[in-house]
Amino acid sequence: MTTWGAFWTICGLAVVSVLTRGFLMLPKREWPLPGWLHRGLRHAPLAALVAVVAPEVVLRSGQLPTTWRDPQLFAVAAALVWYYWRRSILGTIVVGTAVLLGLRVGLGW
Amino acid sequence: MAPTAERPWRHPEFRQGVHDMAEVALGVGAWGLITGVTMVKAGLSVPLALAMSLLVYAGSAQLTALPLMAGGAPMWLVWAAAACVNLRFVIFSAGWRSHFGHLSRARRLWLTYFAVDLNYVVFARRFPRREPGPGQEPYFWGGALVVWVGWQLPSVLGIVLAPYIPTGWGLGFAGTLALLAISCGMLTDRATGLGAAAAGCAAVAAYALPLKLNIVVAIAAAVSVGLLADHRWARGRSLP
Repeated sequence: MTTWGAFWTICGLAVVSVLTRGFLMLPKREWPLPGWLHRGLRHAPLAALVAVVAPEVVLRSGQLPTTWRDPQLFAVAAALVWYYWRRSILGTIVVGTAVLLGLRVGLGW
Repeated sequence: MAPTAERPWRHPEFRQGVHDMAEVALGVGAWGLITGVTMVKAGLSVPLALAMSLLVYAGSAQLTALPLMAGGAPMWLVWAAAACVNLRFVIFSAGWRSHFGHLSRARRLWLTYFAVDLNYVVFARRFPRREPGPGQEPYFWGGALVVWVGWQLPSVLGIVLAPYIPTGWGLGFAGTLALLAISCGMLTDRATGLGAAAAGCAAVAAYALPLKLNIVVAIAAAVSVGLLADHRWARGRSLP
């Protein structure tokens, strides 16, 4: 792709970002949503998070892990224990990453 | 500057927004760094990578677009792929509308650029009732500012340091852990738990779908299961 081609592609991507994020925000009048959809939307944010997290935790390049020596699983277990003990997001990130790096770098898993 | 005339940063909710988001910022930063590195490794020049980071400001869409651009895909295909990855934003925009629909259109447009999914998640935790209310706009700007800076700084750092950073460090997992912790905090009742379980199973089962469409499938599954559970248990409670 040429420099200008890439530039215009990036400009288009910026438009895509704003249009998708503002899809129902930008029109002049509110589009009527059916009531069940309105109520159901309360489940959407958590679903989006879990949808990103779950495959990262249980899949390795699209497959379930074949060995129990899987650093990600141990990192997630440690992170969960820490979260329910301390309720700190930052601590959860630090503990999980430390376990992951420890197993990967330290034990060479 | 932000056309918010009444100085939102003086409002106590602004500080609350900053505070609630600051915890998550480390995970966001790890992702930003990786996205910055990936843009340069995919062949973008430093100015183009900076432009992409600042203008597009959507990590998943950027990571989806990069291999397509490097492979010489037509522009419309790159845009279409990014639009699919961004479908979840369309769902969240319905939520933003019920909080900010009364604002002027220029203000809504400005807000829209900053309205990433993590903002919505944290915002919905603070304001669970989907209706306008006092302090919502300052709260939004507090969180939005933290996410923007927490993403753009590491992203720029990644762009500059790309030649020196190996991609195998597994930094992306820090972002996953941040999302994991937020998810646990959002499990408030049985219905949300069931919805989340449905989302997790659907996302894994539909993982083979292209363009991260498994996320859209997962949201649809969670909304259906959540609605059924709400309906069933609400009716159970109303019985004597």
